[in-house]
Amino acid sequence: MSGALGKDLLGLEDLSADQIRLILDTAEPFKEISERAIKKVPALRGSTIVNLFFENSTRTRISFEFAEKRLSADTVNVSATGSSVAKGETLVDTARNLEAMRIDMVVIRHPASGAARFLADRIPSNVINAGDGTHEHPTQGLLDILTLRDKFKTLEGRRVCICGDILHSRVARSNIWGLQKLGVEVGVCGPRSLLPNAIDELGVRVFDRIEEAIEWAEALNVLRLQLERMTAGYIPSPREYNRVFGITRERLDRAGRDILILHPGPMNRGVEIDSDVADGPHSVILDQVTNGVAIRMAVLYLLAGGKPELAEAAKGGEPRARNAS
Amino acid sequence: MKPVLLKGGTLIDPSQKLDAKGDVLIAQGKVESAGGRISAPDECDVVDCTGMIVSPGFIDVHCHLREPGREDVETIATGARAAAAGGFTAVCAMPNTDPVTDNQAAVGFVMRQGANANAARVYPIGAISLGQQGKALAEFGEMVGAGAVAVSDDGKPVVSAQLMRTALEYARTFRIPVIDHCEEPTLAAGGAMNEGIVSARLGLRGIPSEAEEIMVIRDILLARRTGGHVHLAHMSTKGSVELIRWGKERGINVSAEVCPHHLSLTEDRVMAYDTNAKMNPPLRTAADVAALREAVKDGTIDLIATDHAPHHYDEKEREFADAPNGIVGLETALALIVTHLVESGIITYAEMVDRMSCTPARLFNLPGGSLRRGTVADVTIFNPDECWKVDPATFLSKGRNTPYAGMKLRGKAVCTIVAGQIVYRQ
Repeated sequence: MSGALGKDLLGLEDLSADQIRLILDTAEPFKEISERAIKKVPALRGSTIVNLFFENSTRTRISFEFAEKRLSADTVNVSATGSSVAKGETLVDTARNLEAMRIDMVVIRHPASGAARFLADRIPSNVINAGDGTHEHPTQGLLDILTLRDKFKTLEGRRVCICGDILHSRVARSNIWGLQKLGVEVGVCGPRSLLPNAIDELGVRVFDRIEEAIEWAEALNVLRLQLERMTAGYIPSPREYNRVFGITRERLDRAGRDILILHPGPMNRGVEIDSDVADGPHSVILDQVTNGVAIRMAVLYLLAGGKPELAEAAKGGEPRARNAS
Repeated sequence: MKPVLLKGGTLIDPSQKLDAKGDVLIAQGKVESAGGRISAPDECDVVDCTGMIVSPGFIDVHCHLREPGREDVETIATGARAAAAGGFTAVCAMPNTDPVTDNQAAVGFVMRQGANANAARVYPIGAISLGQQGKALAEFGEMVGAGAVAVSDDGKPVVSAQLMRTALEYARTFRIPVIDHCEEPTLAAGGAMNEGIVSARLGLRGIPSEAEEIMVIRDILLARRTGGHVHLAHMSTKGSVELIRWGKERGINVSAEVCPHHLSLTEDRVMAYDTNAKMNPPLRTAADVAALREAVKDGTIDLIATDHAPHHYDEKEREFADAPNGIVGLETALALIVTHLVESGIITYAEMVDRMSCTPARLFNLPGGSLRRGTVADVTIFNPDECWKVDPATFLSKGRNTPYAGMKLRGKAVCTIVAGQIVYRQ
């Protein structure tokens, strides 16, 4: 069974512009559900979903769980910190066990790039990638794009710069693919030691200095600086990182115009972003979190075979017949 | 042993510039005569070679037979049989077994198991350092005495330049090549594939080509300093080719090999996170493949070796970054070279035979590599026109890990003869 998105959502590189727009448009009616007193519709009643987290995550897991519950799915959380190998069971065995329990969907977060695809290739259930290694984090990319669309209205021709550790960021990759497909000009800015060597071939504009990036961009998506990158020797210290690449009030003011600030969280205040920027008037960081639930509801709904045009109606309470489409 | 007459084939033997229709007569395990029409003596086995190419036996100087230690994955016997089925009359077994082949007793074990296999000949390669730890030299002299034909810490690079220097100097006494797996470990650390656009897209840690090239030039310079023979294993980059060319132009004692997969696949093969496309060195770019092919043609790269590396299917059936490196190669090498190098017009069959038989025999001082009268009768007979589909289930190797499954290839070994005895027949 596969709807407009196919069986799985593994990355935005695999999606067409129309598929991305479809998800964004489907998310719109779902936004409203979270504003109700009774935040629940029966769209996924009877579906079982496993949230399979091989890596620590608070906000992504909670966001998926809210999305699932607000669609009335039955959910189970499995968390195994460290790799499946460390746990003693291989990922392929985990996949087979899940399959044997006849679950409908798996949301997987895993430290290995390609793990979501690995799982998707081996089980008939729908698989949603909630972050695989340093590869992709498609729902984060989608919620970032939805947030940008909310503010900008049209995305075509807009200039968005992703700042920080592009090399190890799945968020960066999903944003680059998704934004480019929708006609956004994408820039990246960070120390060269944290940019992929082949970055130029990704079709993005590269800025060595954050001042130049700010000068150019209409929105900045500020990535979290993983502190373990320091110990691995990619950059000398968080202090210097803040001084050279930090998004500060002062730097933004120099641009002389409003620049939208996004951050996928959790933030290192005072490292990649200063508090007065994160909490400032142009920060849309909490809108991202709100949109995250709607995006995930849309993805779950569409993968389950839900009709995009019925998303509005689904809010009302028409029960969903599995395998009906 | 009855004489064997190989009748009606095309004889290709670059060692005596033979490339014509002709027969080969084998007696007492040696080549009795080769070329022209030979009438069958009494009491003689005749092998009809019509439409086939008859050449000196192929020699693979680089394979991993996993015994001792991982007999579940391959044994010397299954490896030697797979080699024979792939048209190889001899293979050199790398010492990264468990325990490591780093002493004369261990070398003797490989020799014995090889002899018992009664298939392709198996020549042991001894370790450069004890336990392949990169610290103390292993006993080259005793290992050579027991049958080792070269030394290598393959699987691992020789990190210490001083150890490499000493190995090259010390090996001169025994006239054996020192084989290095060229990989600068700090640059390659944690890498799972070539560093480039594909690794950037997949979010996999890359291994830059410089990780190989830095060690290539280090080894060439040490060979210049010491006069020792350095043999560079599994070359994978355009830059390495240029450095080797530089070394050879200066008369430095360097030789190099390339594997069929680095001549036929690019990093794009990794796009679906297929662990059968994971090897070390990794698959590189189209420009690298083109440079390597050219280097095989012009002799900058001396020979073709498989780096046959069987793994259990469970070990490959996992997340890309966690999967082991390597693929099996013994049973696909011949066809990959025919399909990708000969059929596409890059090299001739004579050059193929040179790179897979004559040159390995010469550089590693091994018997064979020629069909001259009196030479040991190691012969490969292959059908250059047979098209077949790779089906790993039919491999004689225990390993099934190949990126070529389902692919159509041309060229197949039909008969493999070792010391006058048929060890494989299709």
